[in-house]
Amino acid sequence: MAGIPFEQFLVQTVNGLVSGMILALVASGLTLIFGIMDVVNFAHGDLLMLGAFVGSGVFMSSGNFWAALLAAVVVVAVLGALLQVTTLRPLLGRDPLTTILATFGISLVLQNYALWQWGPSARNITEPIGGQFRLLYLQYPVYRIAIALLSGAIIGGLWLFMKYGKYGIWIRATTQDRVMASAMGIPVPTVHAAVFAIGAGMAAASGVLFAPLVGVTQTIGLDFTLRAFVVVVVGGMGNLGGSILASIFVSLLEAYASLFVSPAQAVIVSFVVLVLTLLFRPTGLFVPTPK
Amino acid sequence: MSPARSSATRYWIGFAVVLAALIVAPLVLPEFWRRFVTEILIWGLLAMSSDILIGYTGMVSFGHSAFFGMGMYGAAAALLSIRPPNLWLAIVYGLLGAAVVAVFVAYFSTRLRDIYFSITTLVFSQIFYVIIFTWTEVTGGENGLSFRQPPFSIPGIVSAAFTPVTLHWFVLGVVTVSYLLLRRITQSPFGMVLQSIRENEPRTRAIGYPVERYKIVAVLLSGLFAGLAGVLYAVQNRFAAPDFVFFIVSGEVVIFNVMGGMGTLVGPILGAGFFFMLRELFSRYFTQYYLIPVGIIFVLIVVFLPQGMLGFLRRRLNQ
Amino acid sequence: MLTLREVHAHYGKSHVLHGVSIDVGPGEVVGLLGRNGVGKSTTLKTIMGLVRASAGAVTFEGRDLVGLPTHRLPGLGIGYVPEDRRVFRLLTVLENLRTGLDRSVVTPARREELLEKVYRHFPVLRERRNQAGGTLSGGEQQMLAIARAMVLEPKIILLDEPTEGLMPRMVGQIREIIEILHKEGVAILLVEQNVPLTLAVSDRVYIMEKGVVRHEGTAAALRADDAVIHQYLGV
Repeated sequence: MAGIPFEQFLVQTVNGLVSGMILALVASGLTLIFGIMDVVNFAHGDLLMLGAFVGSGVFMSSGNFWAALLAAVVVVAVLGALLQVTTLRPLLGRDPLTTILATFGISLVLQNYALWQWGPSARNITEPIGGQFRLLYLQYPVYRIAIALLSGAIIGGLWLFMKYGKYGIWIRATTQDRVMASAMGIPVPTVHAAVFAIGAGMAAASGVLFAPLVGVTQTIGLDFTLRAFVVVVVGGMGNLGGSILASIFVSLLEAYASLFVSPAQAVIVSFVVLVLTLLFRPTGLFVPTPK
Repeated sequence: MSPARSSATRYWIGFAVVLAALIVAPLVLPEFWRRFVTEILIWGLLAMSSDILIGYTGMVSFGHSAFFGMGMYGAAAALLSIRPPNLWLAIVYGLLGAAVVAVFVAYFSTRLRDIYFSITTLVFSQIFYVIIFTWTEVTGGENGLSFRQPPFSIPGIVSAAFTPVTLHWFVLGVVTVSYLLLRRITQSPFGMVLQSIRENEPRTRAIGYPVERYKIVAVLLSGLFAGLAGVLYAVQNRFAAPDFVFFIVSGEVVIFNVMGGMGTLVGPILGAGFFFMLRELFSRYFTQYYLIPVGIIFVLIVVFLPQGMLGFLRRRLNQ
Repeated sequence: MLTLREVHAHYGKSHVLHGVSIDVGPGEVVGLLGRNGVGKSTTLKTIMGLVRASAGAVTFEGRDLVGLPTHRLPGLGIGYVPEDRRVFRLLTVLENLRTGLDRSVVTPARREELLEKVYRHFPVLRERRNQAGGTLSGGEQQMLAIARAMVLEPKIILLDEPTEGLMPRMVGQIREIIEILHKEGVAILLVEQNVPLTLAVSDRVYIMEKGVVRHEGTAAALRADDAVIHQYLGV
């Protein structure tokens, strides 16, 4: 650590927190979906990517960032529900690995569809809140902080909904015991579709929020999918709080690692964390040790 | 003849017919299709190797691109560093490289199950890709490595450069021998234990089999044959590129397995052939977006034909 | 009201029910006895659609239940209390009850009424209403499981071994609850290992063996002559 100027360390810390929140938004959707229907959604990152594209399309015609965000979330959520009903519902009860395969197939289709529909050149969304602010003695883009806060707000909203909302109980009950939930009259198939839609919508939101930072291409989803998988496993599969903590943890580590190696290689950090977690604390790093 | 004997005879007759067709193929097909068939054979070998894990032992690995890649780059290393370029050394280097990777994966396979294993192999093959992609000095990075094709040589007897036709026969020979070997292995008691691990691992363990050891051997076997496929690919195309180590390749291999029929050895080869045919067909109409219809077909097969096409055909023929 | 005719069912590959025929009339308490593994629980699960009937008919008030998704059954008036209770361990007692109360046909006022009724019958649930289901004792969980079904205002409750694993004192409480439900006109199909309890509360009793019903009779007759019980249950 000697020789790294403090400003860089500080900037990377904030960067790590910001990417951590975005990753948390993506990973919460993934974990929610896995927890309730045992689906490892390989196409999750591609839902993010589609959201970014839809958002960029709406942004280009309307010039309004928030309209783009809303449109992206709604379109992808509906698409998610459709996908769940047509492709994943028949797979319920079968080996979870078939869901990886099916969602992998969906991922291929979505990626190539996006290529076909929007072409290979990158799209852009301009950030709605420009400018920088003073972080101690540095300048830091306001927008990045805004995304982190917005992501946090969305996740917070999700948590509140799950804890106190009427349908929140349905979702939690179905996650814990799908059979008894249906014996209580909870329409489990509908809940499944709704949760998938929520997860997809959250991924789409991340896509639009993240777009001003990197530009929109067909491959941005893949990166997120892999990191989200890592985070969901490290945080404890199906554990919402765990995946949020893990997102921040892993993103911070990656941010610090990019001080030493190129960003492409910093990605290895998350994989190493995954491997270590699986070897030593397979139920998740942030989960209390099972008795 | 008893039913068992007659079905075995029928099998061998079918086998001979297919083999004859494949031998004659390069002589009658135009250049493009000749290459096509040779490539299907190589990918078929890769798919078969993956079937050992997916179809027979029940471990879905997304890491075969790593084995394939190591075979490819290992062969490249031999062909670039040793003069004159020697085919057999290329094979040895490639297999060694694949074996090293296989040891890693084998280690994980004994500690992780199901989804965790699959995700780890996926992640692992991506790490591998990143290393190859960024370690430009050794691996040529993005551009890969290119080299000359070695001649087919048996010291003291013959040394002749490959023609497209003789290369095809060489590949066919290697793949056929591999197939026969793998078939022998899967039908042996060892293969039976693998299948019982797939069916019910806890019970297999309870009966007393050292499941971990079987899994390790399965991974090594799978990795070696996958590496062999990588060597063949390198020799045929004279280059090694990181694109083939990207996990999508692993995904495609899994597609071959599922589409063709897992646990059959022949199924995955069929699946590879089917995939490439579809790709050719759809490329005419959808150009480079052929993956859209192919992807949809794949998903439909996963949902409606879990036994793959081979299973579907079998059921049809039995009716 | 509830009728099973020649119902067959499979659990995976094993053929568990070989033609079960049972009737439960409105307001009746019907007991289902038999050794372990004869298919009593599977019968209840088949009614609930948790196990698919491969042959035969299951009808409730004339309506065919086979193939109906499980979550439609509470709306028809069928409540289920599984063996092992299966309360939602991470939900509070109140939330557990709400899973049944949040049906759209129930007005907020009615919800309060139903909740009050349940608290009156099970005061301990009122005390523990904000505690997680998993922290309750076995007996309390059993009460919660039954309360959860009661809150659905069912016409019939399928009870699967409610006294299993409970202390003798609690068995008496279960008996009281069954009698209260009976007085309110709720029919009960009771699967039990506890023969004396079953004979005491039931109007009629079926005895199962190896996936079929072997004997059917009134509880009174069986109380008088328990030779049949010895024959099939070896008790």
